[in-house]
Amino acid sequence: MTQLPSHTDKKLGLAIDLDTCVGCQACVTACKGWNDQSHGLSDQDPYGAEPSGAFLNRVHSYQVEPEAGAAQIINFPRSCLHCEDAPCVPVCPTGASYKRVEDGIVLVNEDACIGCGLCAWACPYGARELDQAAGVMKKCTLCVDRIYNENLPEEDREPACVRTCPTGARHFGDFADPDSAVSRLVAARGGYDLMPDLKTRPTNKYLPPRKKDRPQEASVLAPLLDIKATGLAGWLDKVLGKI
Amino acid sequence: MHPAPSVILFTVLSGMGFGLLAFLGLGWPVPAPGWMAFLHWGLGYGLAVGGLAASTFHLGNPKNALKAFSQWQTSWLSREAWTSVATLVILAPVALSDWLGLGWPRGLGLVGAVLAVLTVGTTSMIYGQLKTVPRWHSPTTPLLFLGFMAAGGAILSGNALPALLACLVLAAALIAAFHFGDTAFARAAQTTGSATGLGRIGKVTVFEQPHTSPNYLMREMIHVVGRKHVRPLRLIALGAGAALPILLLLLPASPVLFALIAAIHLIGAAAARWLFFAQAEHVVGLYYGRR
Amino acid sequence: MNAPVINTSPAVSDEIRKTTCYMCACRCGINVHLTSGKVSYIEGNRDHPVNKGVLCAKGASGIMQVTAPSRLRNPLKRVGPRGSGAFEEISWDEALDLAVSWMKPLRETAPEKLAFFTGRDQSQSFTGWWAQAFGTPNYAAHGGFCSVNMAAGGIYTIGGAFWEFGQPDWERTKLFVLFGVAEDHDSNPIKIGLGKLKERGARVIGVNPIRTGYNAIADDWYGITPGTDGLLILSLIHCLLQAGKVDLDYLARWTNAPLLVNGAEGPEKGLILKNAESQPFVIDRRTGQPAPWDGKGVEPDLGATWQGHRTVFQHMAERYLSDTYAPETVAARCGIPAPRIRALAAELADVAFNQAIEITQSWTDFRGDHHETMPGRPVSFHAMRGISAHSNGFQTARALHLLQIVLGTVETPGGYRLKPPYPKPVEAHPTPHFVTAPGKPLSGPHLGYVRGPEQLALKEDGTPARIDKAFTWENPFSAHGLMHMLIPNAHAGDPYRIDTLFLYMANMAWNSSMNTAKVMEMLTDKDASGAYVIPRIIYSDAYASEMVAYADLILPDTTYLERHDCISLLDRPISEPDAAGDSIRWPVTEPDRNVRGFQSVLLDLGARLGLAPMVKEDGSPRYKDYADYIQNHIRRPGVGPLIGFRGADGSKEGRGEANPDQIAAYIANGGFYQAHVPAEGLFYKPWNIAYQDWAVKTSFFESPQPYLFSIWSEPMRKFQLAAEGHGAIQPPDHLRARLRQAMDPLPTWYPPFGDEEAAGWGYPVHALTQRPMDMYHSWGSQNAWLRQIRGKNFLYVPTRIWQANGFKDGDYARVSSPNGGITVPVAHMAALNENTVWTWNAIGKRKGAWALDDRAPEANEGFLLNHLISELLPEKGDGLRYSNSDPVTGQAAWFDLRVRIENVGPKPHAEPDFPPIPRVVPKGKARANKARTEKDRA
Ligand SMILES: Nc1nc2c(c(=O)[nH]1)N[C@H]1C(S)=C(S)[C@@H](COP(=O)(O)OP(=O)(O)OC[C@H]3O[C@@H](n4cnc5c(=O)[nH]c(N)nc54)[C@H](O)[C@@H]3O)O[C@H]1N2
Ligand SMILES: Nc1nc2c(c(=O)[nH]1)N[C@H]1C(S)=C(S)[C@@H](COP(=O)(O)OP(=O)(O)OC[C@H]3O[C@@H](n4cnc5c(=O)[nH]c(N)nc54)[C@H](O)[C@@H]3O)O[C@H]1N2
Ligand code: SF4
Ligand code: SF4
Ligand code: SF4
Ligand code: SF4
Ligand code: SF4
Ligand SMILES: [Mo]
Repeated sequence: MTQLPSHTDKKLGLAIDLDTCVGCQACVTACKGWNDQSHGLSDQDPYGAEPSGAFLNRVHSYQVEPEAGAAQIINFPRSCLHCEDAPCVPVCPTGASYKRVEDGIVLVNEDACIGCGLCAWACPYGARELDQAAGVMKKCTLCVDRIYNENLPEEDREPACVRTCPTGARHFGDFADPDSAVSRLVAARGGYDLMPDLKTRPTNKYLPPRKKDRPQEASVLAPLLDIKATGLAGWLDKVLGKI
Repeated sequence: MHPAPSVILFTVLSGMGFGLLAFLGLGWPVPAPGWMAFLHWGLGYGLAVGGLAASTFHLGNPKNALKAFSQWQTSWLSREAWTSVATLVILAPVALSDWLGLGWPRGLGLVGAVLAVLTVGTTSMIYGQLKTVPRWHSPTTPLLFLGFMAAGGAILSGNALPALLACLVLAAALIAAFHFGDTAFARAAQTTGSATGLGRIGKVTVFEQPHTSPNYLMREMIHVVGRKHVRPLRLIALGAGAALPILLLLLPASPVLFALIAAIHLIGAAAARWLFFAQAEHVVGLYYGRR
Repeated sequence: MNAPVINTSPAVSDEIRKTTCYMCACRCGINVHLTSGKVSYIEGNRDHPVNKGVLCAKGASGIMQVTAPSRLRNPLKRVGPRGSGAFEEISWDEALDLAVSWMKPLRETAPEKLAFFTGRDQSQSFTGWWAQAFGTPNYAAHGGFCSVNMAAGGIYTIGGAFWEFGQPDWERTKLFVLFGVAEDHDSNPIKIGLGKLKERGARVIGVNPIRTGYNAIADDWYGITPGTDGLLILSLIHCLLQAGKVDLDYLARWTNAPLLVNGAEGPEKGLILKNAESQPFVIDRRTGQPAPWDGKGVEPDLGATWQGHRTVFQHMAERYLSDTYAPETVAARCGIPAPRIRALAAELADVAFNQAIEITQSWTDFRGDHHETMPGRPVSFHAMRGISAHSNGFQTARALHLLQIVLGTVETPGGYRLKPPYPKPVEAHPTPHFVTAPGKPLSGPHLGYVRGPEQLALKEDGTPARIDKAFTWENPFSAHGLMHMLIPNAHAGDPYRIDTLFLYMANMAWNSSMNTAKVMEMLTDKDASGAYVIPRIIYSDAYASEMVAYADLILPDTTYLERHDCISLLDRPISEPDAAGDSIRWPVTEPDRNVRGFQSVLLDLGARLGLAPMVKEDGSPRYKDYADYIQNHIRRPGVGPLIGFRGADGSKEGRGEANPDQIAAYIANGGFYQAHVPAEGLFYKPWNIAYQDWAVKTSFFESPQPYLFSIWSEPMRKFQLAAEGHGAIQPPDHLRARLRQAMDPLPTWYPPFGDEEAAGWGYPVHALTQRPMDMYHSWGSQNAWLRQIRGKNFLYVPTRIWQANGFKDGDYARVSSPNGGITVPVAHMAALNENTVWTWNAIGKRKGAWALDDRAPEANEGFLLNHLISELLPEKGDGLRYSNSDPVTGQAAWFDLRVRIENVGPKPHAEPDFPPIPRVVPKGKARANKARTEKDRA
């Protein structure tokens, strides 16, 4: 199974809009909550000195200093990119790690996983975390247990993180279909891959922040007249159209 | 990468073990039947098996360990499982023959020796294949593992000349690994800018971490070693792992001397392996602004 | 091997119950999933008007809140010294008897000796009603230390505020400018709104010293110097006036700009000129003669001068056209170059006037004039504590409203829209009630909007009637009270001594107090006779917070999934501009501890005390519990806590008799109700007859209340007149100068109090806090998920100060203010005003609290800035120490803080490092709600 499929019917994934993400962490805990109730995501020392648990989605915050102009803060969610050439899959000795032919989702079969950690080493994006209680590897499932779930209302068949994102910065869809909303977004906004030279060919795309901090434009606000010369009365007449 | 002491010790020991097994398989030497043979083979098996067993302790979920044999087509770890078990199984009759003085033909020993080399080769490729760890993703990785295997095996099997040659190769491998390793990350040309794609806007640094308490990724893949620890450890690795053994090997051979050399070499090997892990930087550290 | 067969349709839960989140005050709708009777998953309710399905980080972690080990379990009675943590568990009957034995004598002799203050609760119309029935004047909620400047500044100007009482027209606005907001109460709605703007590619501008969160995604950032927004805004108005880019029609029709200001010297000077019928009037452009302000067809002349009296518009123009407000004059002070100020003004003008929009919808205004369309200027603003938590915040809030007004964007399409029951003029609000009599209720509600000195809460002898000195000359418009002055005043016996402090849901021994260490001392201080200076403290909390240790009696509350609550239109509802809305909470799960919903406890206490509205004629309790009250309480005829499903059959909206099945109907409806504004009434609400009629029908008013926006504030001018020596009720002399300045009837700016002194004394750097989006004040740390994300905080230091001090990662700084010093970990931040440092609010915790380990990062590296902030300003040579509050409203001026910083290198933990407070619940170990294992699911 650790052979990557040569072709997947769909390429399901996320387009994440860095121009819109406010870094609220909502997607982080929504993901935790959903996956905790479905598969379990343990926490160690939850009320102690060093609480630590498995999460499948993490939101970073970077500071970017352009050559000219003010520094910026850009929030950056990070979860599995469901790579087409996922290096995490072929390294797996047990076949627990696999990429689905039908939709390209990369999953871990927890029943087969030995928790060797090699797939996490192979992933450049830090998308895999070993659950310390279960001893098996956890990763974003693209909410495979939601997106086809017949027990959920149609409109809820999308990833938990997408459903919860208050700003709508996360978009879910099929990148194999050039007409899908995500494909069109990526085309329109110049969506890009992370660390493309590693040739992992991520499915998830990041939409770059729009250009910030407009240069000062010549003011369209020409004063009506020289107030010093005409005084308030002159200004009033001018403004009120009396002259 | 996190340098877990147990992993370091056991990979070092099993490397030596497979090295010794390879020499014994080749019949170089053929230990005297009885206690002598039992001790030699026993040491080889003990080290090799102990190392393998220990690696299963490192599994989060060892009850599935047998499944690790299934993916030999793609997975170096699976291949390692096969080659190691094959080595141990194929060499068993040879060991038995040596122990009991049965004088069976040594053809299997040759096969076993090749398999032992393959085992260590596959082990090294578990690391060497990882593009995510530029320091490991280099020919120096198999070279190092095989060098340690050859040197350790030759020393334990009391073969002075091969030990001398192996130590020379090892010294070269270590120097090359240190030399090329130090620039590997930079040559891989991944930065927080490329990891996030934000480099096109300007200089990217971490403002806030995504979590203030550490997680698996940080514990496993982000380990910062101080420069001041690296220099002496490199000297120990090179000195104890290769240079001192070379000097001592020039002295008249004796079992006591070989025991001493083995002990010294072991220290060097452990230091080298610690550095191998501790200095290896995973690209995921870029997301955390640390390596 | 083939791909394993996986179940892509697992059952999610056994049942979904829809209620309202309370991980913060945003009040989103949630679907609570239950599996085997236990809460197993929480997601947003898609039908809910507030959050439309989304949840924030806190809301989605609610399960960790309702299972937190920090939950209180039993009523507790203090048995050792205060603060020693020696409590004994007692029964509810004992607890209530004890409370009654303390309260009853007070009610019979001096009801003001009970001070009842509530923190972050959402039942103020209920708790206020209780306090009124008890008869104490000493009641308020937390608004005084929160954002009363925002509320009052808005009410006195446009009859509605920012905060969560209005919102930009997210669908139509083309330019959105955000002043001083990190998160706000409208957490999810603002995020949803920003998402809509981003989707449309509309422009967002952030004015904030710190560029995180909302400001990080803003297209443009103005990293203003704290406390100078008023100046910037008035400078923008200067530029707009200079260029004539103001909406004259809007000003003439909907604001008091055309009213005449009495120019005659004397006690009436500066008041709005009235005619013989005591009505203000305008000069009609058509005739040049006086005409009624609300006359049909009248065309008010903005530039009129009549018998020497000039219009408000003229006063306004004269004031703001002055060079005082020229960009070049204010640039250095605001930290924003003059060309950028002009560019911002130009952008506002361009969108407002060159990109105006129009909705084809006819409507009729209160003058009877008919309009075929609803024109709009698609510029909108939002602001919160960044401008309000300064001692010039009231006037700054007014200035911002004035900016919206001159652009013609309030209540017009694309602009700022109020949510019912707002807009609502000052006149439609009550005035404060404070006169006490033993054994009697108060004659009316405690809090209100003062119109003149005669309404101040002063006793006959001129001393404050309230313990917090609200509605006095020190802060006449303190519409929310001053909770931050409660403990200091009670401790000082100033203005008088009280007996029992009754607190609910406010962590006053920690993050909601200024000068936290001092407050802890006040709470435990004894007098010469060995008695506590504050004799008795009763506190209701749901969790083992820092405050619990300082109470004598603890009434443990339920968590939000275990009780009834009512988010009422009488109070802080969940309305949208298009619809009035209210909602409930209900016990979706039963408490597993000996705890009771506080509101039910309050009703029980009221009945035991025999408070009239809480007992029947025969003396038995009138209400079984809070749910009973929610359904059956009648505030005014036909009006109760909830507007939905009224009337015996549940068919009435807004007004109607009580419905015994009302809560059931709410539950069936997803926990909320909405009454929709008719299409004709959606904009121009203050003047729109369709809206006004609907508002009367839906119970917000008894009669239509059209009004004009107050550019010139007459209530303020009345105080200014008093300060100038006019009128019978006179302020003390030492307050005259500051009243003259602060009570300016036109929006103005003055430096934050203490600002210049602090800089002069060597505290040059501004220090701020921000709300983290993933934590709610002190509550978040008990949450096993959230505390992994944010378990410690840093002081963020701008590049200039970072370099000047040679800071490195891992260093600590000694941060000092006139009030003391703290030692805290630092981190570098480039996207920050160069003279400002800041940290996340309320991450620091006291050891022993919240069931956390003593070694928890929150209690070691985490820290509060509160230690550096004093509730009193430093003495300035006149022997007096004024409260660190806005002089108009008493709003706590958290963000006026000035500090000095030194690098002290690496340290093991932050300081002050208080000893642990004794635990009232055991330390948490494993996560209570263990995830389902494979086995459970099989
Ligand atoms: N430095 C600095 N200090 C500040 C601010 C700032 O910006 N900077 N902001 C100020 C502002 S605006 C505010 S509003 C205050 C807020 O400060 P507080 O009003 O103290 O608010 P919380 O920390 O939310 O704590 C309220 C208490 O309510 C308890 N609680 C939670 N849920 C329940 C419940 O269901 N029932 C009961 N009975 N109790 C419950 C919590 O356990 C906690 O003890 O902080 C102020 N302090
Ligand atoms: N997640 C979460 N949400 C909350 C709360 C919470 O604790 N957590 N608390 C709730 C409460 S009680 C309140 S009162 C609201 C408050 O919500 P906000 O008003 O958003 O309050 P703060 O986080 O204090 O943010 C104040 C902002 O003003 C900026 N600021 C400070 N001084 C100035 C200034 O002089 N000028 C300008 N332009 N900006 C300035 C700060 O940088 C900061 O961004 O949030 C509510 N919502
Ligand atoms: S929920 Fe949306 S806005 Fe919030 S951090 Fe995640 S992606 Fe960003
Ligand atoms: S992001 Fe990592 S875990 Fe996900 S498919 Fe790519 S390599 Fe594998
Ligand atoms: S941890 Fe599990 S999934 Fe990952 S490589 Fe090992 S066996 Fe495969
Ligand atoms: S798709 Fe599902 S599993 Fe993946 S990050 Fe989002 S919520 Fe988590
Ligand atoms: S904003 Fe978050 S915490 Fe607040 S009510 Fe909504 S979901 Fe709950
Ligand atoms: Mo607040």
